Amino acid sequence: MDTDQLIRSLAADNAHRTPRVGAVLTMALLVAAPLSILIFATFLGVRPDVMSAMHNPFFDMKFAVTLSLAIPAIIVSLHLSRPEALLRGWGWLLLLPVGLLAVAIGGETMMAPAMPMSMRLMGKNSRVCLLAIPAMSLPLLAGALFGLRTDDSPLFVATWYTIATALVAAIGALLGARVLRY
Amino acid sequence: MMRARVRGREDEWTGLMRSAMAGDDAAYHRLLKAVTPVLRAAARRGLARAGQPPDQAEDIVQEILLAVHLKRHTWDSEAPFAPWLFAIARNKLIDALRRRGRRVFVNIDDFAETLPGETPQETASAGEVTAQLNTLPQRQRDVLQSIAVDSASIKDTAAKFSMSEGAVRVALHRGLAALTAKLRDH
Repeated sequence: MDTDQLIRSLAADNAHRTPRVGAVLTMALLVAAPLSILIFATFLGVRPDVMSAMHNPFFDMKFAVTLSLAIPAIIVSLHLSRPEALLRGWGWLLLLPVGLLAVAIGGETMMAPAMPMSMRLMGKNSRVCLLAIPAMSLPLLAGALFGLRTDDSPLFVATWYTIATALVAAIGALLGARVLRY
Repeated sequence: MMRARVRGREDEWTGLMRSAMAGDDAAYHRLLKAVTPVLRAAARRGLARAGQPPDQAEDIVQEILLAVHLKRHTWDSEAPFAPWLFAIARNKLIDALRRRGRRVFVNIDDFAETLPGETPQETASAGEVTAQLNTLPQRQRDVLQSIAVDSASIKDTAAKFSMSEGAVRVALHRGLAALTAKLRDH
């Protein structure tokens, strides 16, 4: 087939419309979110002390950190869905959760420590965290949005959430390089 | 002088693409015809730089055109068309050179600075699309042949194969998408 002929067939297909990337992503997230919530509810459940935990700023921080990663990540992904887009000028958005964690760890260090640092780092649920965050994220392939169990120390969140999220990000990077090619 | 000519050309492309996205098939046809010589010249230059024979340029041009067609929903109609086009073209050229075992740096200016005057206008046949065409399901191949090679309209093609126009449109689009996937994986 020569190129003029190919062009003719492309022009004939001009009426075909593919939905915008943003619309597809929104739909995908709306479908995936209930799955993640289902995994959370089935295997973890809401911690029994959720009402009192909500008054703990370190508990709230987990939502702030995960959302400050998830929302900029969605914005940057949508930007990068355009082939000519560059990360330049947008990458700093992804530093938001890092900054937030640094501030929170600093805050905890200033307070009288309830436990030694190694205990705050390892927590009680590091293994659960490392499995559950990727498991819940697989439907969304984005950071988990819900706090896990009882470990609220920023040091714990910084370590285990980050490792778990990085795992998911790595899966996303490997699959993305294949699936999102032009 | 050269910059002004290139900018004028690129503004024209953006206008044509806006019309195309608004449903103007003729504008889309003109746009694809207009960008093809620029893509061809840049593909030849890229191949030459990688020490490859220039006769593979047409395969790359056709692959770029297919990608442009199937990804045009990622173009932001508020943005100029040329940077979007050249980004896709550059990626496709890099893919093609990698498949041939060459790792090269492709300069985006290869595309942006190609002047209309220095580009050959002739159309050329490409082996890869033609070869993959033969692996498509019969119906998609028939519809593609009819529209591309026999220049039949969607309506005439529908009459010829006793299909509805909607079914012809679906077969055409699926055929083009399948062709693109086969070229990418092959």
